[in-house]
Amino acid sequence: MASSVSGATQDSAVSTGNVTRVFIYLVLILFALFYLLPLYVMAVNSVKPLAEITGGNMMALPRDWTLEPWGAAWSTAQIGVSPTGLKPYFLNSILMVVPAVAISTVVGALNGYILTKWRFRGDTWVFGLMLFSCFIPFQIVLIPMARVLGLLGLAGSVPGLILVHVVYGIGFTTLYFRNYYAAFPTELIRAAQIDGAGFFRIFWRILLPVSGPIAVVSVIWQFTNIWNDFLFGVSFGGTSQPVTAALNNLVQSSTGVKEYNVHFAGAILAALPTLFVYIVAGRYFVRGLMAGSVKG
Amino acid sequence: MGFLDISNVTKSYGSVEVLHRVDISVEEGEFLVLVGPSGCGKSTLLNMIAGLEGITGGEISIKGRVVNGVHPSKRNIAMVFQSYALYPNMTVGQNMTFGLEMHGVPKPERDKALAEVAKLLQIDHLLDRKPGQLSGGQRQRVAMGRALVRDPDVFLFDEPLSNLDAKLRVDMRTEIKKLHQKLRTTIVYVTHDQIEAMTLSTRIAVMNKGHVQQLGKPKEIYDSPANLFVATFMGSPAMNIVPAKVVMEGGRPQAQVTDAEGRPILLALEQGNLAGWEGRDILLGIRPEAITDPEGADRNSHAIRSLSNLVTVTEPAGADTFVTMSLSGRDVIARMRADAAVHPGQRFDFAVNMEKAVAFDPATEERIAP
Repeated sequence: MASSVSGATQDSAVSTGNVTRVFIYLVLILFALFYLLPLYVMAVNSVKPLAEITGGNMMALPRDWTLEPWGAAWSTAQIGVSPTGLKPYFLNSILMVVPAVAISTVVGALNGYILTKWRFRGDTWVFGLMLFSCFIPFQIVLIPMARVLGLLGLAGSVPGLILVHVVYGIGFTTLYFRNYYAAFPTELIRAAQIDGAGFFRIFWRILLPVSGPIAVVSVIWQFTNIWNDFLFGVSFGGTSQPVTAALNNLVQSSTGVKEYNVHFAGAILAALPTLFVYIVAGRYFVRGLMAGSVKG
Repeated sequence: MGFLDISNVTKSYGSVEVLHRVDISVEEGEFLVLVGPSGCGKSTLLNMIAGLEGITGGEISIKGRVVNGVHPSKRNIAMVFQSYALYPNMTVGQNMTFGLEMHGVPKPERDKALAEVAKLLQIDHLLDRKPGQLSGGQRQRVAMGRALVRDPDVFLFDEPLSNLDAKLRVDMRTEIKKLHQKLRTTIVYVTHDQIEAMTLSTRIAVMNKGHVQQLGKPKEIYDSPANLFVATFMGSPAMNIVPAKVVMEGGRPQAQVTDAEGRPILLALEQGNLAGWEGRDILLGIRPEAITDPEGADRNSHAIRSLSNLVTVTEPAGADTFVTMSLSGRDVIARMRADAAVHPGQRFDFAVNMEKAVAFDPATEERIAP
């Protein structure tokens, strides 16, 4: 990753002496440590007994290692009125995120395919309007969306949340795929047409196999956005709220003792999937983003 | 009624008509080249034959069947694209048989067809590679192979050689010609390169601004261009066009031009029908190879006229030497043997083969003689 993204160090225009280089690295390392600080605090305090946190230094390493806070956050902590832990909400999130990401990515790919290779009168307008949806703040659509979900009978359910996130995500995924496919030679589509492949066959056999990088971008973007969403989850989740809403309930509880170690563990748990997605697919993310903008 | 009939075909985008009433009839086994500058409508016409663009007016029929509105895959045609349009995710073999697969041909037959064509084009060792691992010439072969495997009624080529380097282009040109002689398939070939058009075709349609300017055998097009556009577009260096005046001397029409110093020169015209143009201006067209040094003149011609003029520039090109002089204020290029003794700034006796001269009406730009 380093070589492909920051390949300009060796032959960059500014030549640097050894002293400057050491200085630059030192500064960069300091910055890196600073950025890692929150994660360190969270990780360290999630494996301490509560007494160690309340009685001592947040930065210190634990004297008594314990995984109890993790267990509590996962399955026994008080969320709202019932002591369920984050587990059921985590499942809700997964049940919501996986279909929402899949559907919005596939629809975005189809949209991009149509908007570049099956152009029709007014297609740029359609694309413009879809692009516009990327700029609509969440708050504006809360009430109309609640009404629509009510009419569809999807209020307060996982399918309702999936619908909301798909609708909101299509603008972005369409943008990604449209720009990616715009650079895809139209002659290939024509060749496939002459070869006898139809609309879906061309999509499936010709276009999708080369869409890897942009699909990764779309999946990462959608996954992190939908997983981290709080407003829609709280507003439309009803009885099947996502993990973000549950985490809020856990941390904001106003009764009893604040169990910071459990809160830290819960926060890490809730953040793990997005972290995982970035680590696994991160390198493709940059590659895919570049693919649309720079040729070759 | 030909094998491929293009009758009265027009194409409009909105209110702009880009192809005007095109009529071309292609016989089975013919190699028709559509040639013209970019924007002349040649690729549009090809795409209309392929079915990739709609037909605004008129009819296109293949083997007697009108194909207006018929889907590209059901016209029994195959096309070779300028960029080759090989599917990047498939191997060469998969690329070549994709069309057959889409048409529901069973695998054993596909493999048999693939093996035959791969052998013919000598690409059998490449079948498992991806297009990205091939050189330009190999990709070109694969693209042709993909068309051949289908065994279509008509092959369509859209500037297939323009992405190759100069040397490879000449090789592949010969290759395509060989292939056509061997398989006797019907081909429609689009190019902007007039040499490709001349060398490959059995017939040429020269197009400009959406009109077919002239349709004919390569020799007809070259020797008797229908108008000034065809005359100057076909041939390299281009045909020399010299303003001249028709005068009568000794009962025969002569073209009066002026040399570099403004002195009049008379060139006897072979074309008798120019007698009626006495006293009027014409544009005289002479190909560079019809102006030579006296020793290099065509022995079979009985109309070699001598012309003394100042040499402006000489350009030795290896096989020939191109010599520029000025006639009637225009630069005129002569094509001479490499060792012709000609030097810039000196007078030289040029030999002009007037048998090959053509005359155009300056107003309409149409050919008036021969």
